[in-house]
Amino acid sequence: MKTAKPIRLKRAFGPVVEGEALVSTEGFSPRYDLDRWSGLISRPGHALEGHNIKDKILITPSAKGGIAAGWAFYDIRAKGIAPRAFVFGVTNPVMVQGAVFAGITITEGWSASPYDMIRTGDMVRVDPAKKTLTLISRHKARGKGK
Amino acid sequence: MRLSAEEKAMLRGDRGRAVQEALQLQLEVGKFFGAKRFVQVSNVHMMGDIEVMGDAGKSFLERAAQSGAKCAKPTTTNARCVDFAHVERLKQDKNEVRKEQELIACLRRMDVITADTCINYQTIYQPHLGEHVAWGDTGTVIYANSVYGARSNFEAGPAALAAGLTGRVAEYGFHLDEHRRGTFQVNLKADLDDLADWGAVGRIVGASHQDYFAVPVFTGMKRSPTADELKQLGAALASYGSMGMFHMVGVTPEAPTLKAAFGGRKPKEVMTVSNRDLEKVYASYDTQGNPLNLVVFSGPQQSLLEMKQLAALLNGRKVAKGSQLFITTSNGVKSAAKELGYLKAIEDSGAVVLEGVCFYILQNLPQMRVREGWSNLVTNSAKLANIIGAHKFNTILRRTAECVDIACSGRDVR
Repeated sequence: MKTAKPIRLKRAFGPVVEGEALVSTEGFSPRYDLDRWSGLISRPGHALEGHNIKDKILITPSAKGGIAAGWAFYDIRAKGIAPRAFVFGVTNPVMVQGAVFAGITITEGWSASPYDMIRTGDMVRVDPAKKTLTLISRHKARGKGK
Repeated sequence: MRLSAEEKAMLRGDRGRAVQEALQLQLEVGKFFGAKRFVQVSNVHMMGDIEVMGDAGKSFLERAAQSGAKCAKPTTTNARCVDFAHVERLKQDKNEVRKEQELIACLRRMDVITADTCINYQTIYQPHLGEHVAWGDTGTVIYANSVYGARSNFEAGPAALAAGLTGRVAEYGFHLDEHRRGTFQVNLKADLDDLADWGAVGRIVGASHQDYFAVPVFTGMKRSPTADELKQLGAALASYGSMGMFHMVGVTPEAPTLKAAFGGRKPKEVMTVSNRDLEKVYASYDTQGNPLNLVVFSGPQQSLLEMKQLAALLNGRKVAKGSQLFITTSNGVKSAAKELGYLKAIEDSGAVVLEGVCFYILQNLPQMRVREGWSNLVTNSAKLANIIGAHKFNTILRRTAECVDIACSGRDVR
């Protein structure tokens, strides 16, 4: 398939990563939304409740929660349940400090809404050096007949 | 980023591997936010307890301590998750308690002052206007920026530790004038007679403007607020809105006038908070038909003045049968409260005063909730009402005296 034009990211850190997108319309806190033993979004009523963040590219509009997130990223990375990247609309320093400490790719700001282009299950690439988010391929089940 | 000779030496590893790695972390974060240089900090406050760090964080810290790394600037710790005098009563996990003790020993080897308090700004260090510090938890940061006019970003545990080791932080966010100016105005028309009212304002303003760089400017106060009221307001703004700074015209140091608070810019929005808005907040909580058997004063820890007030409210009364009342404070405040007789008045009621901890991070809290049959948690802290939902509590914000009445009667007066 022909790839769509990449979304430009405002700020970015970390290695180039590819993976399945997990797209949230709601902000994310690793402390208050996440079961830090399984990787499941556990807070009742969260837009992603029941989804697992492990190895995903988590696309979320905002950062929630406090200081404790800094250790939490390192903790979930060590447990093998971290996402491959956090792609935030807006974030706060705690998320960035935590992701850098844990060595997880993190970005903030996007030139166009990813919600129009990327859906959960699609394969995407995050390139921090080029500051781009690119759709690689559609999720198979949804892509059929299109 | 421009680096000084000293910073270049740190990056080369001249001051050891822990300092080298700390500056590398700070450099990457600084680059992310477009910082041009580092600024020296005079004081560091870090969160590091076993509940938030996990085994991986603990191992990291042990490696750093083993390497002989020491903090270059006074570094204090935030509330922890175990009060060692109450481990049995709370049936906390002995293994985790041991890890918490090891963690404390490790931090002390690195010359960290394990004060275990989230009200360092009331009890330990009061930075002055323009002073750069590196603090975390969010409630401490918003207080430092707003009430003292000091300069700090939210510093996560590893980031604060890095600042302690290197004695500096990258200059971005609230270290820069451009981010400290007000962005919107909040006209306070409500009476705001209780600590919970100030927290409720924080909920209203924070939840509707979730943005680290949103800076509310408060006007219209009917009187000058107390330090504890500003503490509740700040903690709630940071909790609901992820905010790191506010101004209060005529009260906080960078807001002598409305014009000064906005730094010449126009407010993006003007909102008001009325008594009716506060009543709507209080009315938004319900018991869901479950008992009101848990009341907590915590998040932030109680100051000595709050302990005095609680002693007066609880004096001669008893916590209702089947109910529990918890209060958290610092070691220093608890000691003073004991000397002054406040502690006796509080404990004679059946209330439990925990030191050095915050209720919402207590080790084993989810298990404790189930074991004790807690569903509702009543508190005068809007912050606590917000964050403890993660542990599946249904929270109810009430004014301070109402919380005490609920603890002693098991019934909501509303």
